[in-house]
Amino acid sequence: MGLIQFYNVTKLYPPDVVALENITLKIDKGEFVFLVGPSGAGKTTLVRLLFREELPTKGQILVGGRSITRLKGREIALLRRTIGMVFQDFKLIPDWTVFENVAFALRVIEVPPREIKPRVERVLDQVGLLSRAHLFPHQLSGGEQQRVAIARAIVNRPRILVADEPTGNLDPDTSRKIMALLQEINAMGTTVIMATHAWDIVNSMKKRVIALRAGRLVRDDREGVYGYEA
Amino acid sequence: MRRNLWMSLAAAASVAVTMFLLGVFLLLVFNLNYMASQLQSNVEIAAFLHVDTPREVVQHLEAQIKHLPGVREVVLVPKEEGFRKISRQFGGEEELLSATGGVNPLPDYLLVRVNTPEEIRDIAGAIAQLPGVEKVNYGQEVVERLFALVRWLRWLGAGLILLLASGAVVLIMLTIRLTVYSRRQEISIMKYVGATDSFIRWPFFLEGLFLGLVGSGLAAGAVYGIYTWLLSRSFNLFLFLPLLNDPALLLKSLLGLIGAGAGVGALGSLLSIRQFLKV
Ligand SMILES: Nc1ncnc2c1ncn2[C@@H]1O[C@H](COP(=O)(O)OP(=O)(O)O)[C@@H](O)[C@H]1O
Ligand SMILES: [Mg+2]
Repeated sequence: MGLIQFYNVTKLYPPDVVALENITLKIDKGEFVFLVGPSGAGKTTLVRLLFREELPTKGQILVGGRSITRLKGREIALLRRTIGMVFQDFKLIPDWTVFENVAFALRVIEVPPREIKPRVERVLDQVGLLSRAHLFPHQLSGGEQQRVAIARAIVNRPRILVADEPTGNLDPDTSRKIMALLQEINAMGTTVIMATHAWDIVNSMKKRVIALRAGRLVRDDREGVYGYEA
Repeated sequence: MRRNLWMSLAAAASVAVTMFLLGVFLLLVFNLNYMASQLQSNVEIAAFLHVDTPREVVQHLEAQIKHLPGVREVVLVPKEEGFRKISRQFGGEEELLSATGGVNPLPDYLLVRVNTPEEIRDIAGAIAQLPGVEKVNYGQEVVERLFALVRWLRWLGAGLILLLASGAVVLIMLTIRLTVYSRRQEISIMKYVGATDSFIRWPFFLEGLFLGLVGSGLAAGAVYGIYTWLLSRSFNLFLFLPLLNDPALLLKSLLGLIGAGAGVGALGSLLSIRQFLKV
């Protein structure tokens, strides 16, 4: 049984945008999946459906075998605790330190206060930023800021990590480091889904590639490479 | 942040003004009610008899009235006594007598006291039906006008307060909206990491509640200060009746004000949350 299943999922935005059309796919526990396609292909829309930020216009989405389209209130919050999110623009709070930015994710899901410090320190160590815990985001490089965002996304140990163009703002060298970190997180058992249109990264990783174009699923390759026409 | 501070002050001040006026109206209405019932419970019926009614008939009437249900006491005021009372205002009996051509033009009358003020109208009506009774007077108009004034004041007060309270609710909504706006980044991150809606909303609800409580607390303090000051100066509301001095009622009113302020704050934040925190 797949950890994530989409059945004939269609997402329309009024008046006439077909953001996703009839998408069926399955992602298993522990997989590393690239979601590729040109800008406007529907990658972000797919992520937002998975995250229950949007509801599909048609079709079913299951996470861990449970339909997420009928969740409400607290159940949505609980679903989101099982999915860590990372964005292109990091979304760190500028006037909080690295430590506070990561701790926030635990505080707001009401983790007991005495557990917070050790957990934040452990995850900052994991992303290699423990020595920078007291700095503010603007004192860090872009790659470091993205690692803070990743630390925040995984600090509550989600089963799934979703990164929407996480290297979009980073130079190639820094991107490689971020990819190494994501691979490491995946190796520890977390399912990783990364939306990107950076074909060089995709090609170097030899992972599963799901390609979208104009809202349609056009390719799903194990150990795929990414080319617009392939 | 700065804009938010001003906005918060404006919201709290608007709650304060609303609740202060509500307090003033409440106490005014309580006092007028108190005054009306004071007056009413002192009201007597004066039954004026026909001039020259023979004394036996008068005494018979007195006995008859005494037996009406609800009547507590009947006192006969003979015309001589009535004449004496009036002449005091006219510089003496002789002067008045000479002015009226040597005769006492007044009728005898019966002063009737009743058990319960509410029955006064019915009893007065019954007395007026009795043969030998010319006219019945019981200060009904003053009392009824006072009650009418109270009713009218209540509506006016309710309308005004409702208007002001809506203003306060809107100001609180706008304040919360500003806070939501200034914290929208945090809110979206809270959403992403799986904070529950109630966890996200709670602080905003508390903020509105707090603004309401600060405002109404100020108002309650001001109302208390002014009212006790008036009491200490033995201020009279209208001419002769002293202010109602009922500490329990005052306390209840003040607590009511604070409760209403908290309600306005809570309502403002709930509306704002509904509108702006679709999380
Ligand atoms: N909220 C929205 N309202 C209307 N159209 C939208 C909305 N979000 C996305 N779209 C449209 O849906 C399509 C897919 O967008 P998106 O999923 O963001 O693509 P990608 O992330 O692959 O660049 C685009 O045509 C985009 O303009
Ligand atoms: Mg996108």
